[in-house]
Amino acid sequence: MIKVTIDDIEIEVEPGTTILNAARQAGGDIVPPAMCYYSKLPGTGGKCRTCLVEVAAGSTADPRPMPKLVASCSTAVMDGMIVKNKTSERVHNNRGGVVEFLLINHPLDCPICDQAGECHLQDLGYEHGSAKTRYEEKRRTYDPIDIGNKIKLHMNRCILCYRCVHVANQLTDKRVHGVLHRGEHAEISTYIENAIENDFSGNMIDVCPVGALTDKTFRFKSRVWFLKPMEAECSCTKCSGKAVVWMFGNEIYRVTARKDKYGEVENIDDKAAWICNDCRYDKKDTSKWNIIGPRSINRHSVISQGKYKTFMDKEQKKIS
Amino acid sequence: MAHTDNGPVEFSAETMSKINELIASYPEGKHKSALIRILHLVQTEKGWVSTPSMNKVAEILNIQPIEVYEVATFYTMFHLEPVGKYVFEVCRTGPCMLVGSDNIIEYIENKLNIKVGETTNDGVFTLKTAECLGGCGYAPLLQCKYKFHEHLTKERVDELIEEYRSGKHDQN
Amino acid sequence: MSNRKLLIENVHVEGYDTFDVYRKHGGYRSVEKALKSMTPDEVVEEVKKSGLRGRGGAGFPTGMKWSFLAKPEGVQRHLVCNADESEPGTFKDRYLMEKNPHLLIEGMITSSYALGANLSFIYIRGEFMYILHILEKAIDEAYAKGFLGKNILGSGYDLDLRVAPGGGAYICGEETALLESLEGKRGNPRMKPPFPAVKGLWGNPTVVNNVESIAAVVPIVNDGGEEYAKIGIDRSTGTKLISASGNLVRPGVYEIELGLSVEEFIYGDDYCRGIANGKKLKACVPGGSSVPILPHFLVTKTAAGADRLMTYESLADGGFATGSMLGSGGFIVFDEDQCIVRNTWNFARFYSHESCGQCSPCREGTGWMEKVLHRLEHGHGNMRDIELLEEINKKIEGNTICPLGDAAAWPVAAAIRHFRDEFEWHVNEPQQAQTRNYGLITQPSVAV
Repeated sequence: MIKVTIDDIEIEVEPGTTILNAARQAGGDIVPPAMCYYSKLPGTGGKCRTCLVEVAAGSTADPRPMPKLVASCSTAVMDGMIVKNKTSERVHNNRGGVVEFLLINHPLDCPICDQAGECHLQDLGYEHGSAKTRYEEKRRTYDPIDIGNKIKLHMNRCILCYRCVHVANQLTDKRVHGVLHRGEHAEISTYIENAIENDFSGNMIDVCPVGALTDKTFRFKSRVWFLKPMEAECSCTKCSGKAVVWMFGNEIYRVTARKDKYGEVENIDDKAAWICNDCRYDKKDTSKWNIIGPRSINRHSVISQGKYKTFMDKEQKKIS
Repeated sequence: MAHTDNGPVEFSAETMSKINELIASYPEGKHKSALIRILHLVQTEKGWVSTPSMNKVAEILNIQPIEVYEVATFYTMFHLEPVGKYVFEVCRTGPCMLVGSDNIIEYIENKLNIKVGETTNDGVFTLKTAECLGGCGYAPLLQCKYKFHEHLTKERVDELIEEYRSGKHDQN
Repeated sequence: MSNRKLLIENVHVEGYDTFDVYRKHGGYRSVEKALKSMTPDEVVEEVKKSGLRGRGGAGFPTGMKWSFLAKPEGVQRHLVCNADESEPGTFKDRYLMEKNPHLLIEGMITSSYALGANLSFIYIRGEFMYILHILEKAIDEAYAKGFLGKNILGSGYDLDLRVAPGGGAYICGEETALLESLEGKRGNPRMKPPFPAVKGLWGNPTVVNNVESIAAVVPIVNDGGEEYAKIGIDRSTGTKLISASGNLVRPGVYEIELGLSVEEFIYGDDYCRGIANGKKLKACVPGGSSVPILPHFLVTKTAAGADRLMTYESLADGGFATGSMLGSGGFIVFDEDQCIVRNTWNFARFYSHESCGQCSPCREGTGWMEKVLHRLEHGHGNMRDIELLEEINKKIEGNTICPLGDAAAWPVAAAIRHFRDEFEWHVNEPQQAQTRNYGLITQPSVAV
């Protein structure tokens, strides 16, 4: 085991652990945000630059600071390394810069975006964004397209994290979408009209940190904070059958994988519990599920702000 | 969205033999490495890189078509839309601009009566701009079918257009 | 000062691009010497002694780079030559490969031997397809003469050498993007570590070197590293190819001994012979478009008043405040009639066009800078835009996966640093800025 200090908290981790994962092991508010890194998808990370941290001392053997901020998701800790995340002004400024870059071409259409309430870019914008944009230019726009009959792609909202490309590479047998063109014209696309048909393709929706990929069976049905997330399971031959069903009254509005506090699919029995498309799209009937009980949600999340209850109360009053 | 076109495509025997030779030059399992050069060969034969051509390349290399699209759209030398018989790609980056590439581009536009990105009505010339072509000391310059034409002046542009029209550059 | 040429001395000899003529002038001696009388480590040692620094732009000591190469048992290693020359202002490798292809082939053989590579590549930008054919012809000759293939010169050493083209992407000059491209993929730079020396082409340990660096190995092995290190000044050893472009009487490729004065290079009869059309010097970008621009009064003299020399150290004297970098040796000269704002916009457009788009600061930031500069140049800017540009480039610099972000940020920062008045003039006098150029700036009376 080696020792690393992050924001004055000392942590012991296995050699080879990244700074980000070391911070996650300690937990709390020293954990840098991550928009592209996804621990269950090898090869992700390094791209969004929101997880940049300052290395104040490289290691006990070489205590010199690193001149540049480093991507904590893809930099391994060294014994005696001292890392600053929330305690670094430089990190705060530069992360703010990255958030600004991610937002200049973003449509800011949260009021009509299904991801609102569980969007990582929204969270980052809230923490680092300014109320006013300095971007005077025309934003980059694309028409929303269907990629397959269950997934809608809103390229305007995409931050090019590449997570969905890794899902297609790692969970499906044949990738039909990818990143085309380059620079500010880079986009997720199938190039030719092409449907993504695969039992696990729906996981692309779950890994998308923003509202670029949304579930067509749920689009515009409800704001997520009006729904009640319930842990549920079913016997499924294709996947673990362990999911979260999002309910309104006795109706299931949508089904997602069970996600942890970093928005990642949870490990169940040491395996990432991806769910299959049958469970996601076709089991909207409570009889298909054994509903275990309420899913605990981060108390800071808008989803757990009691909106469901107040909304239901109002509805009740209307009826009575 | 991509330019849509249908129908299967075949490459000439000459192109196919070059492709096969190229693939054989890479170690087993590393055949995808030949992709970029294959796209050059395809463009040389067909004039541009169509979707059916890319699908065919994917089939030859036994990779998914998206892997070819990703690569072909990344590199700017590949024409993904039909182009004229000759594509003039005029360098417009700093060192060329310092010695008048903007004027040369404008001159060609007027001379051929097309804007950058367009093709003449007779389908002979397409005008494009390019970022640094690596001939800064011999600027202004343009490239056409892998050939460099340097130290451009209006007079030289006139000559070049005539030379291309008369087929002078079709050999070698 | 003397003017020794080690790389392009004989290029005007008729038929020098053929094996026989090249051989007659002493070609391939380094291969014979290395394979017959030296161990690979001894070759590496000579390169270290020579003080040769990477000629692609970063200036990292080549011998040291070689010594980082991992050598796990039973794993193939590769030498990859970076012939993706795409930095605006740089065209020296093209000249070298076109005029003296066998020098590169010879350097590849000797260097591959030193590194224990049995399959090596020259990755050349796709626009140089005609040079790819020149190189392949030279390679065929070398195979036919027994300098490539199995058991070269009876030494037991085998080497296969191939050339692979790019398809139009500046970013592929970044070594890990180059390796991705060589694998038939998009030129997205890789996250480092692991560095190519550990995991490079197809996951094998790989060294990537610039054309000129590999060519310089030939004289280093022939004459010895110490002899090579005698040329030049301090840590700038040997000769360097300089690509001169812009408003010069005689632009072109020159081989200089490092240490030549900038004054001599711009105005000397043996070199560029001064500014074209009798105009005055306004500015100079001495090492390719990504290095800081210098105003005329900091080109031939440093801020401290010393003669500016063509060395890594002297061109960098004063840091980014008053200095620049030797970079790739792409020496771009601006006369008094050139517009700095227009040129800065032009370079910003270049970097935005060439960004791979993987990481957010570069993808979004380069495009943003281009648009703001476009506005300024076309008379629609305001004073806030100048500060905005400075802020954008500070948020890009150092925060990207690869150095393209820095390369895009530096020229903008330097142009504003030295030519702020000209930027402000574009804001204050947009009409005039459309019809005439600002002209020369005056040297600040107080030393900067």
